[in-house]
Amino acid sequence: MSTSYNNETNSTSSERRDRKYRSFSLSPKANDEPSCGALACGADDSESCGISIPNGEVSRRNLLKLIGKGAAATVAAGVGVELLTYRAYAQSGSTTNPNGLGTNGNMTPGMAAAMADPAAPPDHQWAMVIDLRNCDGCGSCTAACQKAHYLTPDQTWIKVFAMTNNDGQTYHMPRPCMQCEDPPCLHVCPVEATFRTDQGVVLVNQDRCIGCRMCMAACPYEARYFNWTGDVQYPTTPIPPTPQAPIPQKLGTVGKCTFCVGNLNNGLLSECASGCPMGAIYNADLKTDVAVNGLGNTVKLSTFLYDNDAVTFYPEQDTHPRVWYIVGHGQNLETNSTSA
Amino acid sequence: MDKNSPIPPRDDNYSDTESAWAVDVRDAATRGMTQKASRKWWLAITLLSLMVLAGVYAWYYQLKHGMASAGYNDQAFWAVYIADVIAFIGVSYGGAVISAILRLTGQSWRAPLTRIAEGMALATVIVGAMFIFPHLGRPERFMNIVYYANWSSPLVWDFLAILTYTVATIIFFYIPLIPDLAIVNRHLGSANSPMRRKVYSALSLNWMGTKRQRRLLHSSLTLISLVIIPLAVSVHSVLSWAFALTSRPGWAETVFPPYFVIAALYSGTALVIVTAAAFRSGYKLQRFITQRHFVRIGYLMAALGLVYLYLTFADMATEGYTGITTGWITQTVTGRYAIPFWIYVLFGELIPIVVVAFKKFRNIKGLTFAAGGVVVALWIKRLVIVLPPATQPLIGSFWGSYHFTWVSITITLAGVAAVPLILMVMFRLIPILSIEEMEEAGPIGSIEQISDKTEKYQDKLLAGGRNLEQVKTKTPSSGLQMSGVDPIGLASAPTISVNPTVNPGGFSINPGEIR
Repeated sequence: MSTSYNNETNSTSSERRDRKYRSFSLSPKANDEPSCGALACGADDSESCGISIPNGEVSRRNLLKLIGKGAAATVAAGVGVELLTYRAYAQSGSTTNPNGLGTNGNMTPGMAAAMADPAAPPDHQWAMVIDLRNCDGCGSCTAACQKAHYLTPDQTWIKVFAMTNNDGQTYHMPRPCMQCEDPPCLHVCPVEATFRTDQGVVLVNQDRCIGCRMCMAACPYEARYFNWTGDVQYPTTPIPPTPQAPIPQKLGTVGKCTFCVGNLNNGLLSECASGCPMGAIYNADLKTDVAVNGLGNTVKLSTFLYDNDAVTFYPEQDTHPRVWYIVGHGQNLETNSTSA
Repeated sequence: MDKNSPIPPRDDNYSDTESAWAVDVRDAATRGMTQKASRKWWLAITLLSLMVLAGVYAWYYQLKHGMASAGYNDQAFWAVYIADVIAFIGVSYGGAVISAILRLTGQSWRAPLTRIAEGMALATVIVGAMFIFPHLGRPERFMNIVYYANWSSPLVWDFLAILTYTVATIIFFYIPLIPDLAIVNRHLGSANSPMRRKVYSALSLNWMGTKRQRRLLHSSLTLISLVIIPLAVSVHSVLSWAFALTSRPGWAETVFPPYFVIAALYSGTALVIVTAAAFRSGYKLQRFITQRHFVRIGYLMAALGLVYLYLTFADMATEGYTGITTGWITQTVTGRYAIPFWIYVLFGELIPIVVVAFKKFRNIKGLTFAAGGVVVALWIKRLVIVLPPATQPLIGSFWGSYHFTWVSITITLAGVAAVPLILMVMFRLIPILSIEEMEEAGPIGSIEQISDKTEKYQDKLLAGGRNLEQVKTKTPSSGLQMSGVDPIGLASAPTISVNPTVNPGGFSINPGEIR
């Protein structure tokens, strides 16, 4: 990365700023959690939310509230609930789970829908889990991604941020495109060059993009990268670039992480996942409820998320990311970083 | 339209009974069209054209080598060009203020300024809209906005709003031209080239000056004045929503739409002052555009400046106090954007307020200096609105930075040069004064010629119910305006109208107009 370190904004004010805009919401703070009953969906909410599950409705608003909160709430209540109950509970359409906890954990509406009806097309709903406990910040994921996609050094489609927690300890956080279920970049694109596939992957049509960079302004995760220069040397390839594999990229258009969706559909891992020597990055599929990392570890997605208190990034932005983070080692993501 | 007009309504064959005032106005308005261009004019045109051509070359270079050549990067993805778009389309609002608002409120003193203001509005809105193209990475795909319009995108609405506003500005510029072009054709007579005569008579839509035509003209002008004000408000609001509809701290502000509208009005009135001052001396219009015009628009400018200061404070203070998302405020006030921000405070707020507040500075020179400062400072302010939130880190704390390059500077300067270039060519082709409006308003210029000092007497005397004519003879006045002699030797037309005997009606003071 060509970035230099800059700590001049490391002030209390920036920390306070972070409270609103920069937090993972799922740090387990038992006393912060409202009582479980209060989290149950209200009937009035369910009408406005529009996210429905067969035989019943789950309020989107409450889902949002609960993203990143539910698991912690459960822990706080001292009730160990199998995350599998997520699934049974979503399928049953009940708004309260069998243990009386009004929680959907950190499920997104799309995840709930995918798990409710695994048989419905499409076959896959791609997602990702990043286990921050295993990330040592080596940057192999970034390097593998840039090599595979012929990116410039500045184009960090997956970028590893060095963050500092409350205790002054450094941890590392890879940030790919979150593949939001409600992507702001898609809504602001004036020409619909950004689109979302039925597999839940947000892609860019570089043949249509006019290069206005509104999506870069809208993305809360800074996950979009423009093609500022035409300096990149691409291999001669007979295959024309597609939104799934934009190689070569087009000057004056925007690009971003594609989830390596071509790899995934061909039974391969994404470049970052296979390039991670620590196995911190898991490719996941909501339909089959499976997550696999580069070391070959295969886990059951819902259980894995639940057992490890997985959180999403900036849940207050209502984007419903399809990338979950597992925090550990005392990482308290309520406060944030000092350097990148 | 103006029921309080000092001269009685004319009959249908008014063109045969031109008052001396009308002759003066027509001569002054068409002087630029008939006189041979001076060497200075050609020099200026050449220089400005070269600047525009340099900008076109810089744009070509940027297209070829990518937008990195203009200093852009992933953490400074929006910068100078979008600031240019906002600033140029913003100043064009000034034309709407001077013309539309003053027209609707019956301020007949506006008459000598309307054409300059509307021309300025037209030139700046065109240049401002052009800045969208260097802003885009793929300008050749611009029409995709039409073909694949995504109506949930603020940019599509930006496009619609700017397009509509541009069309409305053209109409607003054209309608008052209809009678003027007919008058010009008649007035110039043989001095007019056949080609020009043909074009003008086609554009003037067979204007005869009949009562019906004048009624139509007035109602359409009132209508377009009514339309263009909300239209301009909508343009600047929608422009602001391109920023405010993102989730970036510093952009996602509820205050943004009025913030942008007031900034547009403020910088627009300032540019009206600058443009009027430039063409006043360049076209020898000292008789018609007087210090009182500058002072009145100066008051307007200062009031708008205070509102803008208030909105700036409201924007920063609320967020700064609560301590949420204050990174961009810290950087703006004390950090890397502090210098441009305090330049704005100095030249965009303090100096204009001081100039307008103290009589010592409240003259044409002072006001023009202050207004020029406001125009530049408000452009800088737009950069300070765009850059801190764009370069702030949303993850981590590494701030991006934008660096000016020769490409972005050249393209911006090309836009700066294009506005006077368009105006200078424009006023060789069309009258610089709105002849019809000025004739209708009557010799208001004569009233305006009364200096500030005189006005104080007037106010006193009017309050005492004394006859103004006495005031005029008693009070000192500037030699230029009242002596009937043109000391600079500029005005080729005889200064008949300043002689009260020619048009005594013109000197009857309407207290509503004085204040």
